[in-house]
Amino acid sequence: MTTAAETLARPARVGFASRAWRFVARHSLTVYALLAVAYLMLPIAIVILFSFNHPTGRFNYVWHKFTFDNWIHWNSVLGIQSALEKSLEIALLATFVATALGTLIALAIVRHRFVGRGATNVVVFLPMSTPEIVMGSSLLALFLNEQNTIQLGFWTIFIAHVMFIISFVVVTVKARLIGFDRHLEEAAMDLGANEWTTFQKVTLPLLAPAIIAAALLGFALSIDDFVITYLNAGPVQTFPIFVWGVARVAVPPQVNVVASAIFLVAIGLGLANVVWQYRAAKSTRGGT
Amino acid sequence: MAVESRERPDRGQTPGQTPNETVDVRLDHVTKSFDDVVAVDDVSLEIPHGSFFALLGPSGCGKTTTLRMIGGFEEPTDGAIYLGEEPVTGRPPYKRDVNTVFQSYALFPHLSILENIAFGLRRRGVRGKEVRGRVLDILRLVGLEGLERRKPRQLSGGQQQRVALARALVNKPRVLLLDEPLGALDLKLRKQMQLELKAIQHDVGITFIHVTHDQEEAMTMADRIAVMNQGHVEQLGPPDELYERPASAFVAGFLGVSNLLSGVVEDPDGVRLADGTLVQAQVDGKRGPVAAGVRPEKITLGESGGQNRLPGTIAETAYIGVATQFVVDTPAGTVHVFAQNIDSGKRIPVPGSNVTLSWSPESTFVVERGEEMSE
Repeated sequence: MTTAAETLARPARVGFASRAWRFVARHSLTVYALLAVAYLMLPIAIVILFSFNHPTGRFNYVWHKFTFDNWIHWNSVLGIQSALEKSLEIALLATFVATALGTLIALAIVRHRFVGRGATNVVVFLPMSTPEIVMGSSLLALFLNEQNTIQLGFWTIFIAHVMFIISFVVVTVKARLIGFDRHLEEAAMDLGANEWTTFQKVTLPLLAPAIIAAALLGFALSIDDFVITYLNAGPVQTFPIFVWGVARVAVPPQVNVVASAIFLVAIGLGLANVVWQYRAAKSTRGGT
Repeated sequence: MAVESRERPDRGQTPGQTPNETVDVRLDHVTKSFDDVVAVDDVSLEIPHGSFFALLGPSGCGKTTTLRMIGGFEEPTDGAIYLGEEPVTGRPPYKRDVNTVFQSYALFPHLSILENIAFGLRRRGVRGKEVRGRVLDILRLVGLEGLERRKPRQLSGGQQQRVALARALVNKPRVLLLDEPLGALDLKLRKQMQLELKAIQHDVGITFIHVTHDQEEAMTMADRIAVMNQGHVEQLGPPDELYERPASAFVAGFLGVSNLLSGVVEDPDGVRLADGTLVQAQVDGKRGPVAAGVRPEKITLGESGGQNRLPGTIAETAYIGVATQFVVDTPAGTVHVFAQNIDSGKRIPVPGSNVTLSWSPESTFVVERGEEMSE
């Protein structure tokens, strides 16, 4: 009886230490991950939180009172609406043009052998690896000339944005093209589709995920670009330039509102993409 | 699908003769070079309407390139290709009345089985209910009814293969091109599909051109075979003719097992072997150094097989149930013999015993000595 009691008691004591250790071992990664997520998310949470603040003075640093006013009258700050509109306009246009051009460049690089193919391949990567300040100032040097034929403004920003978005589009679409079975296009032509129909019905639908991903990435890069844009903007105010301007005095809560809105839209698009991919995967891999 | 009744295709009834007078595909001195590599070298072929034609050869022999030129995916460097009477050289694939079953199937992953098969019909302007009707009909033909709403990824390899076949056949092309269509299937399924393909070809009556490196597959399915080697057509004919009377050492070695014995043509009907034995054979006007060939199953251990005799010593035996394989050392070279085990009580000669090999002059063929021959 006693021996039985001893053997029962001992594992219990050892068990406590090892159980504690196991608890730490099991949960330390979770704790670490949560801390990392908190570190990333805290600033965004504070931005969103202070978009609902009703500051006492000019400075939106101290929590005073909850209000929806900033969201309702988001455009009551002078210049914020036109700056946001300008940014969206540039981002949409530049993304569209850069995605179209980048997709075609990727097709050319992967599909065809031509003089200067290697050089194109390298040059296309340059904007990704060049520091923004270098790219911005060299573009400025290009646009500024004696005759002053090019006016800094909307179109110079547009040209700059198209330039750096193209790199990302080419890289993304190229990755998809390299794994592309050329027999699929041959099969389409074999079945009576000419080059254009083949591109429309087979090539484009199969490249679509990469093209959409590239466009989303390009849009995100364009809408928040500051360094290159600032150097080539002339009198035009995009949203980042507007924020930089008002930040020298005091950032109104409306800036938080717009920032929060952009964040929420991005999260929404991301979620929609995940759901769409999941549905697509389910519909093709499901069944028996 | 009832294929059992068609297990014996009716080939052999018209050996060496075209099944029909009209020619569906004609290659006229076609050459194809890639940079400085000549893939297809001056090939001329005529493929009669309604035939099951196989292009057979080892990898790199130019068979797939030949097929791709007929399909329009490659343009010949030289020569011309005709579909019926029409010259189609230089025409893109979508302007040729041929359809292809690709080795990788190349089914459109983003389209359902229905839309995959309907792709060709829609390009031809077929609309509405007729599309669905024709797709369902062809799915029934290949034994896949009820799967039209699936995506290609949801089907097994064998099912995908049938969809690829259906997608091509639904257009009722003049010629169907098959590029190693069974290469990705396992052996059992491959055997089954060989017979099914043969049956389907019989049903639809369309000319099939089938590229394969598998001689057994070509023999099972095709009624005419072109054996290709290094860009040339080595021999063209029905399977039995290729097997019984190979025109070159390459064909003799590529289709089944052959014993090739080096010798010199001595008189119009004989070849003097290296050891001095005279073998009777149809020389067909060949001269000088040749090889006399005989298939292993045509040789008899003993003297009852025919006039051609060769003494030898058994080096190895292998009992494989239905038959026994012997490797026999003779003064003229090593000879493989394949003896069917018909009499149960018969004593099988052991290695080391001396035997006489005999075979008939009719089963002896004479070929030019090829590079493939070791002796």
